[in-house]
Amino acid sequence: MAESYRRSQWSNGLFILPYLSVFIVLLVFPLFWGAWLSLHKVDLFGPGRFVGLGNYARVLADPVFLQALRNSIVFVLVSVPSLVVLGLFLALALNKTTRTTSFLRGLFFSSSVLSVTIVTLIWRFVFIPGDGLLAVISEQFGVQPVNFLSTSGWSLFSVGVATVWWCIGLPMMLFLAALQQIPNDLYEAAALDNASPWRVLKRVTLPSIARTIMLVTIIQIVMQFQLFGQAQLMTNGGPNGTSRPLVMYIYEVGFVRWDVGKAAAASEFLFLIILVAAMAQYVVSSRKSEASE
Amino acid sequence: MSASIEITNVTKHYGALSVLDDISLSIKAGEFVVFLGPSGCGKSTLLRMIAGLEDVTAGTISVADRRVDTLPPGKRGVAMVFQSYALYPHMTVAQNMSFGLENIGLPKPEIERRVSQAAATLEIAHLLDRKPAKLSGGQRQRVAIGRAIVKEPKAFLFDEPLSNLDAALRGRTRLELAQLHARLGSTMIFVTHDQVEAMTLADRIVIMHNRKIEQIGTPMEIYRRPASRFVAGFVGSPAMNFVPLTSVTSNGGTINIGTSGLGDIHAAFHLPSGFSPDGASLGIRAEDVTVLPAGQTGIALKAEVVERLGDRTLIYGHLSDGTKLTAETDGRSEARGGDTLQIALDTTAIHLFDAAGTAHHSEGD
Repeated sequence: MAESYRRSQWSNGLFILPYLSVFIVLLVFPLFWGAWLSLHKVDLFGPGRFVGLGNYARVLADPVFLQALRNSIVFVLVSVPSLVVLGLFLALALNKTTRTTSFLRGLFFSSSVLSVTIVTLIWRFVFIPGDGLLAVISEQFGVQPVNFLSTSGWSLFSVGVATVWWCIGLPMMLFLAALQQIPNDLYEAAALDNASPWRVLKRVTLPSIARTIMLVTIIQIVMQFQLFGQAQLMTNGGPNGTSRPLVMYIYEVGFVRWDVGKAAAASEFLFLIILVAAMAQYVVSSRKSEASE
Repeated sequence: MSASIEITNVTKHYGALSVLDDISLSIKAGEFVVFLGPSGCGKSTLLRMIAGLEDVTAGTISVADRRVDTLPPGKRGVAMVFQSYALYPHMTVAQNMSFGLENIGLPKPEIERRVSQAAATLEIAHLLDRKPAKLSGGQRQRVAIGRAIVKEPKAFLFDEPLSNLDAALRGRTRLELAQLHARLGSTMIFVTHDQVEAMTLADRIVIMHNRKIEQIGTPMEIYRRPASRFVAGFVGSPAMNFVPLTSVTSNGGTINIGTSGLGDIHAAFHLPSGFSPDGASLGIRAEDVTVLPAGQTGIALKAEVVERLGDRTLIYGHLSDGTKLTAETDGRSEARGGDTLQIALDTTAIHLFDAAGTAHHSEGD
């Protein structure tokens, strides 16, 4: 009996084998291979030689890396709160079941299904100097148009606007799902308790969806640190590298300059940053909810 | 503080669907009124309309002589205990109770005084720092009541508050609610589909059926003198027996009632002159049907199922014409399914219902 039970437990593992093998080949193996590459001076053509932490030292000494790091951090600090706040706002506004709200939900989510190429094309039409939408509008009002895509400061901002527009669907849907889990009688109790709409939001709605806010924040931190396509296609990192994010730096070092070891070392830094940011968020939020238990 | 509640010609529609039809009801200050009825009769809707959680399609609702049906829920001076308790899951018990008081800007010392007083009354002082998730069903129930008490409302509204408790706790909480009402002297409206809760708690019961009020009366009035066949069948366990009539002949103060199953019965009745036996029925409760000792002859009842409840025995059977009838006898009865028993009726406890369901009661009752 015990023997057959033990054997059946082992055979249960077969069910996850297909997924596990793909997971190991495509995720676990590249993770360690990346770490191994980051310790070697290697290009795309042949075996490298071991250089210890040399690649890491070269990355940290590279002003272009530090600029890209700064760009990515600024981008995340601005785009993630925008996505969370805007997504929450849209979800709160559309948390009703009417034809109009259903249509608007679909509309706001529709941008998420577009590819990055289409998204950047659309936003280039808006931002491009001369014939772009914003340039035309500025001229209508007699204002000197800003060259959004090639002015330092504005270029990263423009990439951010396109990104928020592209990515807003998922946060909105996650928040909507969370809002619909809140029992309606809590709102009825709050109405009998004389709570103002602001008090209801602060004391009933937001605490009820705190976990989802955290989830959306972590997902967005992870996603926005990986910014690449929009910057590549809208500004190509310019002007002067002021809109070049970390992934674009890694791409350029690895696939343009063929310095794969250094690119791998930069990737490890990015991996670490995302890991720390996500863990910090998690720890802070779980400590807060424990304290209020 | 307690207040009278006046409901005048209230109607409720959801689109084309009518839920309540021209309801009028006066509730006296300090009265404990129970809305009793089967699922879907509109009793919860009526309560929610008093609370302000549902709009009134037509008619008016007044609390303490002030019209409230146009006011938002928080401004009506009523507090509600929900079936699900609806405690705020992220707040402690104390915060749950003080939330409504903070919203109206009550000074902190006054909030603390009311919360600690209510907590002492309900014996939940030791739970004040806990979150609802850490409480048992009964404790949550008390917190929900506490949240209502601290508001010192003009009236308490209870929406089936006992239905989520287990049987033992339900009985105990029922008793505590009765004590609470006696202590606070507040107006209370309680919605339930459980007739035991209604009978034990209510000063007056409002029986609702099919969008209308069927009868308003004290528990004993409702039980002894039901206004309609629906009320007679709905209140009381086991349900009242109904036997179809074949003839009714008046003979001064008494009448001769003909039935096929029970034979002819003489009883003191004042029936209206046009009373027709067509579609009419005779009603009698199981406890008014006596099982005669062996050797005596009465009406034959063929027992089908015998339920022994300890203190009493219920005998479910049928009469000679096949009409179903339930009799109640004492706990020591040795009757078995298949036995033919002899029964007698207490003719002073007979009710007659005309084809429309309107009740007429025997003079002896």
